[in-house]
Amino acid sequence: MSVVLDFERPIAELQKRLEALEKQIAAHPKPELEAERGVVVADLERTRRDVYRDLSPWQKVQVARHALRPQTLDYAKAIFTEFTEFHGDRAYADDGAIVGGPARLNGRVVMLVGHQRGKGTKDSVSRNFGQPHPEGYRKALRLFRQAEKFGMPLVTLLDTPAASAGLADEERGQAWALAENIAAMAELQVPILTVIIGQGGSGGALALGVADRLLMLEHAIFSVAPPEAAANILWKDSKLAPEAAAALRLTAQDLVDLEVIDRIIPEPPGGAHADQAGAAEALREALVEELGSLEATPMDRLLSQRYAKYRRIGTFYE
Amino acid sequence: MRSFFRRAVPGDSGSAPGGTAIPDDMWVRCPRCRELTYAREWESSFKVCAKCGYNAPLSAQERIALLLDEGSFHELDAGMRSGDPLRFAPAGRPSYHDKLAQWTADSGLSEACIYGRGRVDGIPTVFSMLDMSFFAGTMGSVVGEKIARACELARDERRPLIICSASGGARQQEGSIALLQMAKTAAAVRSLGRARVPYISVLTDPTLAGVTASFAALGDCVIAEPGAVVGFAGPRLIEQATGEKLPPSADTAEFQLEHGMVDMVVLRRDLRAVVAGLLRLFLDTAAIRSSRPLSDGLLQVPEDEPVSAPVVAG
Repeated sequence: MSVVLDFERPIAELQKRLEALEKQIAAHPKPELEAERGVVVADLERTRRDVYRDLSPWQKVQVARHALRPQTLDYAKAIFTEFTEFHGDRAYADDGAIVGGPARLNGRVVMLVGHQRGKGTKDSVSRNFGQPHPEGYRKALRLFRQAEKFGMPLVTLLDTPAASAGLADEERGQAWALAENIAAMAELQVPILTVIIGQGGSGGALALGVADRLLMLEHAIFSVAPPEAAANILWKDSKLAPEAAAALRLTAQDLVDLEVIDRIIPEPPGGAHADQAGAAEALREALVEELGSLEATPMDRLLSQRYAKYRRIGTFYE
Repeated sequence: MRSFFRRAVPGDSGSAPGGTAIPDDMWVRCPRCRELTYAREWESSFKVCAKCGYNAPLSAQERIALLLDEGSFHELDAGMRSGDPLRFAPAGRPSYHDKLAQWTADSGLSEACIYGRGRVDGIPTVFSMLDMSFFAGTMGSVVGEKIARACELARDERRPLIICSASGGARQQEGSIALLQMAKTAAAVRSLGRARVPYISVLTDPTLAGVTASFAALGDCVIAEPGAVVGFAGPRLIEQATGEKLPPSADTAEFQLEHGMVDMVVLRRDLRAVVAGLLRLFLDTAAIRSSRPLSDGLLQVPEDEPVSAPVVAG
């Protein structure tokens, strides 16, 4: 499967040239072809770097939504061992838009919970494109409590456009489910490490993302609402999403400046979708390092620091 | 006579929030069913329409008069004003700075939230409310900070907290800073809860999105006003997004009562008595009488009562 974003076309063309060259070389190796290959490889690397260095906020939104961008279950496989998925909220249903269960990170047992957008039409539909229903959040809450009970550090991966918003979600108390999770995370007695891996959209993301340390992949986004919804609220026109994306300051670089996130995890050149293994390794290193420092902090101190961290957020004059 | 008739044309005169005054002090038109009511009747029923039962929005003064003992409310941090964390000023669109100025001019308010100390039937409380007439009651830095301070004041002085919400949700112009006010306020509510101080959340028309999904949903008792639109996305957005045609009852206070999200729907004329009654019940509990906070989240046997004392042989 190949999914090429508009602004990635120069990269795709060079890739195609490289593939053709390699085929030629395989059939008839010639020194001048080898030399040309070297030039193309260098060109490709440079182009990738240049394109991805200056992504606009709207381009970042597209990268964050990329069909081939790794999701929670990809990282669960690549970074963790013995990930054991648990299902259901014990009240209503299992929601595939949120996945979770115990796993080992570098040998240490942690609780892993994250959004899962799904791959391909059928899987994506069954996961409601990563927009969880209330039962998804209640499953997550069950796993949070289990993490607390057994003293497993909690690792959450955010990747949702927003919480699901249909009549059924209202009937099952979406707002109440989100509020309970946000409040529960504020007082959960285990270290919490959250990484925004794709789209961190609205309360639907925050309900898995109240953390001691909030990290973000380089091309992920974090926003009060999906840009389309924000454009609709702000200017009554969802087609102005690119403009909203810029105004909302939703890129990792912006959010460091706003002191909303603690750290950016660099992605391989060309983004996580171009090199899944490279992205997983970068994420693994960051998780191991951050978890080490969180576990060195006494729990009561961590809790009061967590409270203080959110208490400080806001800009006002008295 | 001529001027009376001219002024009596509906919609011709100045409009007050929550009803159209025609003329200034004689008639009020219900914003929902368009029924005309004598202004004096309208005010004395706390803006509840006698025909359709609609609970029109109340200003802060009206809400305070409805709920708190006369003269007992003392507002805190009244002058707090919003910053502009994103420096939100996209080309060719209204900037946040200008929007704030516009809302201030239109509403005469400095922000969408007030809080302070006040008494209900003699019981000292911390009272806070959100006001739709400033920026649609949306939560940004100031609303988040005031709600957090209200929670902490209630916690520190061990006064029950009452918050009357009315809000469209998080304020987009503050982006992720507005989103994170959900975490800040929800954490503050839990901080109050750990001190075992009761919190009564009153949801008024409308209470939606990031406000419902944070502090407003987390009351020890959640009350909604009759007919209020209360929920997450709200009927208009759901219809837009899904194309579903919703029944008129969707996301009303009564709908949320039926689905188990609110404890009760209370008529405005009963609100003060119900809140006072709840406060008396909560305040007459062992936790409050002993003012014993939750020391931590663990179910721990007290140290002086070991579960299994070591058996010493001999």
